Amino acid sequence: MKQDMSNHVLLELENLSKSFDLDHGFLDTLKFKKGRIVSEKRSVHAVNNVSLKIHKGEALCVVGESGCGKSTVARLVAGLISPTKGAIHYDGQRIDALKGKDLLPLRKRMQMIFQNPYASLNPRMTIQQALEEPVRHHNPSFSRDDVQDKVANVMRSVGVDPSWAARYPHEFSGGQRQRIAIARALTVDPEFVIADEPISALDVSIQAQVLNLMLEAKEERGLTYLFITHDLSVVQHFGTRVAVLYLGSVCEYADTATLFSNPKHPYTRALLSAVPQLSDDKPNHIRLKGEIPTPINLPKGCPFQSRCSYSNPRCSAELPVAIEQADGSVVACHAVEEGRID
Amino acid sequence: MPLLSVRDLVVKFAMRDNTVTALNSISFDVARGDRLGIVGESGAGKSVTGFALLNLISRPGFIDSGEILFDGMNMADMSDAELREVRGNKMAMIFQDPMVTLNPVLTIGQQMVETLQAHRTLSRKEAEQIAIVKLREVYIPAPEERLAQYPHELSGGMRQRIIIAIALLLDPQLIIADEPTTALDVTIQADIMELLLELCTTKKVSLILITHDLGVVSQMTENTLVMYAGRIIEAGRTREIINDPQHPYTQGLINALPQQTLPGARLKQIPGNMPSLSAVPKGCAFNARCEYAQDRCRAEIPVFEQIGPVKVACHEVKRLHHAPQKQEDLA
Repeated sequence: MKQDMSNHVLLELENLSKSFDLDHGFLDTLKFKKGRIVSEKRSVHAVNNVSLKIHKGEALCVVGESGCGKSTVARLVAGLISPTKGAIHYDGQRIDALKGKDLLPLRKRMQMIFQNPYASLNPRMTIQQALEEPVRHHNPSFSRDDVQDKVANVMRSVGVDPSWAARYPHEFSGGQRQRIAIARALTVDPEFVIADEPISALDVSIQAQVLNLMLEAKEERGLTYLFITHDLSVVQHFGTRVAVLYLGSVCEYADTATLFSNPKHPYTRALLSAVPQLSDDKPNHIRLKGEIPTPINLPKGCPFQSRCSYSNPRCSAELPVAIEQADGSVVACHAVEEGRID
Repeated sequence: MPLLSVRDLVVKFAMRDNTVTALNSISFDVARGDRLGIVGESGAGKSVTGFALLNLISRPGFIDSGEILFDGMNMADMSDAELREVRGNKMAMIFQDPMVTLNPVLTIGQQMVETLQAHRTLSRKEAEQIAIVKLREVYIPAPEERLAQYPHELSGGMRQRIIIAIALLLDPQLIIADEPTTALDVTIQADIMELLLELCTTKKVSLILITHDLGVVSQMTENTLVMYAGRIIEAGRTREIINDPQHPYTQGLINALPQQTLPGARLKQIPGNMPSLSAVPKGCAFNARCEYAQDRCRAEIPVFEQIGPVKVACHEVKRLHHAPQKQEDLA
């Protein structure tokens, strides 16, 4: 696999799992079943055994439908929640167990951009205050002027006029707010940015503006991205690598070009075929049976078996393992492994 | 005579200090069996258009002037009783969010029977039979059992299918679908669109599809309107508009899509934002964001006129349209 920057692995997720308990406390776990009271603990298995690597300078896109665990992956990496199992290594250091003060230096290197710029900016802080806060927090030695210079520079770099600094978020449109949210992430000069659906709340013409801004920041600052999205056309444009997530598991993990030209996992194929195209050829979309099952009771075997047209008894008995293919992509599918799919 | 003919429709909203014009003299036709797409970004007036067609604009909004001729009758000056006769019966609407469209305290069956009995004299048994037939048409498995279920027991895709079934209950002539799949996942969206297309073609129902997604319009419709700041700025055959857009805004919208640019390259963005309806610039509403804008664009509102195969409202379009051809002649 070719790497422009270097082969340096910045972030590594190792068999990462996260489940959320639904029943808290003993009384919650009591259920009435077949005429008897039993104690049963249910949990949502949001992320299961996810292993991914992000090299420096890459943009790894995590795609999937709602409920597939993509935002949970982002939150795990950002340290907002801690994993149930597995490990996260950042620049060679294990970070998933870090707490409080130990996380501080990491927060400076790693920043997050959220989906909804209406909710991610404090409505009672001016833009100046919102942007100054992280600079002060991470650079206690900065003088007042240093902080203001820094903020003005970052504002200019994202195309927000520094003279607007005294305004409040409600005075800006969605696209401008997202620029400000990006500026806030960039004020501490991070090397790694986690973006969770940063453009899906925006209009088409504004989406292009924000994507361009993120691409520019990538080139100018040598940023590495973990980009969470459901929009495949954005993935194709923005990502260098893609991981397709289904029900908390990685189905396919490949170079963007490889994944789009030669998708292998039946779910990836269905997902790609479902994107409405501008061209006039009639839709040739692969119909999936049913809908995504709940992540509360994960089926035994392959998580995709209930909707897959290639599933057989082995798929419902045995969990497929991720196997590297000849072209470098990693696919977890029995049918692909056995060559049942052309 | 077209099934629906909208003539110079003006919809205004009375705000505290001023009145804003949400729809500014829009005119279009929908033929029987036609599928029309209305595209635009948020604030363009596409949803207001959908509501206005059913005369559902409520205060502070009002239909200021113009006609909405549906099957020869003017929806804009009908009485409430006459409107009830048309709504749900001859013209049905499908809304964006299937989570909020259905009543959470009534079963699917109750909601379907209620709709049928409001328009026809039917016993509950008869109405339920019709409901089951309609649920089967939208490929709901085990429809008899669904009637007793509540909306929260069903998934988003299933709910949107049920909403389509309710819209089809009384065999309407026109369905207005306002962003019917925006709240759904891509794979479910594709299923719902396929279903809607199939039903419209087999039953010869006309469809107005309101969406921001040009890909959806391209797959689903025969004709398209592009709206900007309360006006129609381009209209014509969908294929013509997608393949050879004339208005700089339509061109911008299509070029801004990531699939129109090589991966990793800079996207062609439209600068600025859509103006708010209380601050629409003088002249062409798009002039501040348009790379071709001249003094005339900042002074005069362009006329919506036929240029080649499509209708466009742009002063510069003739010049733009012919410029590349001249270059070819020279070469």
